[in-house]
Amino acid sequence: MAADVLPVLAFYLFSTITVISALMVVIASNPVRSVLWLIAAFFSSAGLFVLLGAEFVAMLMLIVYVGAVAVLFLFVVMMLDVDFVALRQGMSEYLPLGAFVALILIVEIALVVGFWVVSPQVSTLIDNPAPAITQTTNTAALGNIIYDDYAYLFQAAGLILLVAMIGAIVLTLRTREGVKKQSVVAQMHRTREEAVALVDVKPGQGIN
Amino acid sequence: MQEVSFVSEYLLPGLWVLAQCLILTVCLLVALAFLLLMDRKVWAAVQLRRGPNVVGPYGLFQSFADFGKFVLKEIVIPAGADKMVFLLAPMIVFVLAVIGWAAIPFAEGWVIADLNVGILYVLAMSSLGVLGVILGGWASNSKYPFLGGLRSAAQMVSYEVSIGFILVSILLSVGSLNLSDIVRAQDGAYGLFSWYWLPHLPMLVLFFVSALAETNRPPFDLPEAESELVAGYQVEYSSTPYLLFMIGEYMNIVLMCAMTSILFFGGWLSPIPGLPDGVMWMVIKMVAMFFVFAMVKAIVPRYRYDQLMRLGWKVFLPMSLAWVVLTAVVMRVFEITPWAATAAAQALN
Repeated sequence: MAADVLPVLAFYLFSTITVISALMVVIASNPVRSVLWLIAAFFSSAGLFVLLGAEFVAMLMLIVYVGAVAVLFLFVVMMLDVDFVALRQGMSEYLPLGAFVALILIVEIALVVGFWVVSPQVSTLIDNPAPAITQTTNTAALGNIIYDDYAYLFQAAGLILLVAMIGAIVLTLRTREGVKKQSVVAQMHRTREEAVALVDVKPGQGIN
Repeated sequence: MQEVSFVSEYLLPGLWVLAQCLILTVCLLVALAFLLLMDRKVWAAVQLRRGPNVVGPYGLFQSFADFGKFVLKEIVIPAGADKMVFLLAPMIVFVLAVIGWAAIPFAEGWVIADLNVGILYVLAMSSLGVLGVILGGWASNSKYPFLGGLRSAAQMVSYEVSIGFILVSILLSVGSLNLSDIVRAQDGAYGLFSWYWLPHLPMLVLFFVSALAETNRPPFDLPEAESELVAGYQVEYSSTPYLLFMIGEYMNIVLMCAMTSILFFGGWLSPIPGLPDGVMWMVIKMVAMFFVFAMVKAIVPRYRYDQLMRLGWKVFLPMSLAWVVLTAVVMRVFEITPWAATAAAQALN
């Protein structure tokens, strides 16, 4: 009995932190603090993955979402020049509209959840989210699925991402005239003779 | 009945882990004090100076005197700074630098958390340190720290990518993400010639340079380039918060030394067949790596920022990616099995 208590406590701890920080992402007035709460949410969901025994996914969550995505968010948000007073003033104006949208969403969710029948097989899935650690590490299990079973789909997904990346680069690429640029090749091929000149300067005269 | 199982199953192991963490942290901090001194002594020797030599014999207690000075000073928080984030940033850097050590094996079985994904854990913790730097730069509400923070974020994110690929080529030869397994895989009949520095020699060079860039060490210390940015993201920091930043930075440098010796120099394995393996080899290798780090700082001039970015994206990334492909092809063509699939590894498990 006692053996089950700690994981359950940890689960409730992590999920409470996740929900609260997700809420704070929306509530926080300062966008940088919003991103900080988002990072807290990512961290505690990584904790939830560890509890499930999916340690590889948990580490990827930290490296990709916190280490890359959240840092990019911070990058962007910090450079925004947001006027917080102006933001607050619009509050009463947009409140009815926002409340209306929220109401529609709540009704939709209620409709979905109300008619939701939990499949009887789900309980076996919850009991065994991943193969047991004794059989295979979950890195190997994931590798087998991605690179053996669904190799073509995975490659196709990678290709789509590549195209999207090239598209984003093409969209933002602009060539400007008259910009001074460093030519690395020219810099590396400079020799000491053309870069340095020894001049014997007489006092009070300078170089002409 | 339940009380007994709670004590034996949770309380005692929990306390044991806590004691291990405490011992490791104290050892690390004390070692760091002397490594800092060693760092300064090495630069001094290169520049024909004596270095710190007043506090204690040969200046041995200089770091402790510095520590006392930092702790006793006043904490100055600039006007208009986001106070919470300002104080949070150094703590993030320090805590992340310390908890990365949990997965580092110092000898066979001498590891607090023997994670299956240990190498990813260390990579995650060292890459998250950038958060503290960028937040510290922003929260200072000042131009130089902000620019320093942005520079540092771009630099660390860039070099993480090539470090990731270097790790992949090592992992291809090992077949496991466990750091202890990586060391065991280098255990061979030829002593130091069985280690990965020999087959993966180009990656050793790349990893070392990327580690310098990742930890903001010279010649890549552009986030705190004093000629342009005063002191980068640390400008507004004083007293204990500054101390946390500095300890965190050095902790990351020593962590990178430990990673280099685990990945390329066989961790706790002895270089000469016949001599016993043990923790002293690991320590010797880490100190030797740190000496090289210190020498680089003393000898090499600082890079320009565009050169740094070019090196990371246009030189290191293609090279490390090509090495991953080459490793995979060579292993396939010559039918070399990764260590984890060999009989020796199966016998261990």
